Amino acid sequence: MTAAAPAGSPAGPSGSAPGDGGGPAPDGSADERLVHRSLPARLMRRPELGAVVGAIALFVFFSLVADSFLRASSLSTVLYFSSTIGIMAVPVALLMIGGEFDLSTGVMVTSSALVSSMFSYQMTANTWVGVGVSLLVTLAIGFFNGFMLTRTKLPSFIITLGTFLMLTGLNLGMTKLISGTVTTKSISDMEGFDSARAVFASTLTLGGVDVQITVVWWLALIVLATWILLRTRAGNWIFAVGGGVDAARAVGVPVGRTKIGLYMGVALAAWISGQHLLFNYDTVQSGEGVGNELIYIAAAVIGGCLLTGGYGSAVGAAVGAFIFGMANKGIVYAQWNPDWFKFFLGAMLLLATLLNAWIRKRAEVTR
Amino acid sequence: MATVQRSRRSRASVRATGAVVAAVLAAVAALAGCSSTGGKRAEEARDQAASGKANVTTPRWKIAMVTHSGDGDTYWDIVQSGAKQAAAKDNIEFLYSHDKEAGRQAQLVQAAIDKKVDGLIVTLAKPSAMKNVVRKAVKKGIPVVTINSGQEVSSAYGALTHIGQDEQTAGEAVGKELNRRGREKAVCLLHEQGNVGHEQRCDGIRKTFDGKVEDLYVDGTNMPGVQSSVEAKLQSDKKVDTVVTLGAPFAATAVQAKQDAGSKAEIDTFDLNSKVATGLKDGSIGFAVDQQPYLQGYQSVDLLWLYRYNADMLGGGKPVLTGPQILTKKDAGKLEEFTKRGTR
Repeated sequence: MTAAAPAGSPAGPSGSAPGDGGGPAPDGSADERLVHRSLPARLMRRPELGAVVGAIALFVFFSLVADSFLRASSLSTVLYFSSTIGIMAVPVALLMIGGEFDLSTGVMVTSSALVSSMFSYQMTANTWVGVGVSLLVTLAIGFFNGFMLTRTKLPSFIITLGTFLMLTGLNLGMTKLISGTVTTKSISDMEGFDSARAVFASTLTLGGVDVQITVVWWLALIVLATWILLRTRAGNWIFAVGGGVDAARAVGVPVGRTKIGLYMGVALAAWISGQHLLFNYDTVQSGEGVGNELIYIAAAVIGGCLLTGGYGSAVGAAVGAFIFGMANKGIVYAQWNPDWFKFFLGAMLLLATLLNAWIRKRAEVTR
Repeated sequence: MATVQRSRRSRASVRATGAVVAAVLAAVAALAGCSSTGGKRAEEARDQAASGKANVTTPRWKIAMVTHSGDGDTYWDIVQSGAKQAAAKDNIEFLYSHDKEAGRQAQLVQAAIDKKVDGLIVTLAKPSAMKNVVRKAVKKGIPVVTINSGQEVSSAYGALTHIGQDEQTAGEAVGKELNRRGREKAVCLLHEQGNVGHEQRCDGIRKTFDGKVEDLYVDGTNMPGVQSSVEAKLQSDKKVDTVVTLGAPFAATAVQAKQDAGSKAEIDTFDLNSKVATGLKDGSIGFAVDQQPYLQGYQSVDLLWLYRYNADMLGGGKPVLTGPQILTKKDAGKLEEFTKRGTR
């Protein structure tokens, strides 16, 4: 565990950024928090460094092999796809720093979209009412995950695997029961649709380049998550519960509340993604989203989160999502044989993660 | 001390959560929410789906349908609604089960045999895995009809007939239609890697189409992923003037991708749903090739009823084709209505 320092001072002044890691306390020497470090040395210790280097490498690589990759419109496409993953990867990274998993994220996005769509349709209500109800329902699912985890003390893997399976079934069963088919009915002709679409699924033109609004949501979430992690008491708690639950509890960190909060944060992002899904495509397929949860986790890990918790950053997860987006679309831009698509994708992800791990190790040696 | 503090904190958090919930509820109430357009009310106004009441005096026979459908597949939903409609009219107890894995699908067929059904409808997406169990059913005297896939092996396995569309033929029909429309380079959008039927569709297009066909694999469970991949393809290859999607839900997504990529490519699709019907109407989708899933469900049940009642078999045991049917703008009007109620 590399971030032991915050666990020792969970409620202390938040000036010392927990993202800097801290590391094991040196024996006998002066307080390590007071040691001045040069900028390169400080940079080398950021958890997202490996991901940033990997992203740059991948970017240069695809710029060379795919001539259409560097165009502004192409980059906007890559950013759009990255943002749809990144919106979820950022809170998932926070959760993983807090030491827990969530396997229900992929289908939770679909659930959120389904609730919103079906509530508006069945009640013939303004679509914003559906959006609000969906927010409550999705947050409730997140609360359920966190509550079950803290009450039962079972591993989050099992709890959220259960939620994942239940939601997959509920998505299908409820949609079939209510709509009569496996797809929701179109709500594009209902009141409030256009304004909701503007918020969740519109396209902005910045300097002649079309940028999807999901990119804005993504950036906002990165800023919010980074602020929480590095500048608030809750951020210290997150690092503390991920670094060592017992130690954290011993110094008075509200472990249960922190974890429930993290799950609800994931649910909030699932709600944003779900509304995007709904208002972008106007109907929702109830079977969608299965498998995406692993992509979110992968993005967070590529971005420097440890699977064991206590270490990582929101920016890193965002960069991880960007790496995934570049690899995924770069293969299309490079016009490679599609039969091998998944293989290239896997190999590229593995390479990015290895590079990431190698750089982190070097950074720890030079410390 | 610690417990006191914790309880005070949790009480505070409960209060905070309560406040948030109340605020959201208030916001929802403030919107006072009714929509004067669309929604359930509009549907009820136009709802005219056929009602179900038995019209025959034959005993209540039990017919099972076992398909290779995955969870939540729109297509199989329509097959089912056709089958249910026929079952209602023919006084039949209709049992439906599905599994996309061939081994488990075979087990489901075995379960139907164990239930002593009076008729069996199966799909043969992976024929060799289904061979034994279908033969077993035939040996037990259960009349079997195959639907959708497995036309080549249907009669060899002892099925009475096959109802469906040959995927290759459907692809060939698309290729010819693309020629007629003067297209030059098409992308075949596969949303499920390793699906034999999908490969056959693209191969069919390749066979009759005079232009070039390229395959593009996407992950069908991730819509933004599908959209951005199509966008990427259209941006990287400006010669592409046609995108053929293999499933109806992906057609509308491809239309969106095309608009975002600023491409002039035509979007065509296999299968049908209400958004495709709307797309045909407003011209954003060129044509759809339909295999009439409702008919596959309806006919298979009805044929088994006829067989039990009168030993009839349509086509004398030769495959009965339900497609390919090419649908264009001129068909769009009534299709829109039928797709909305989930029967086309």
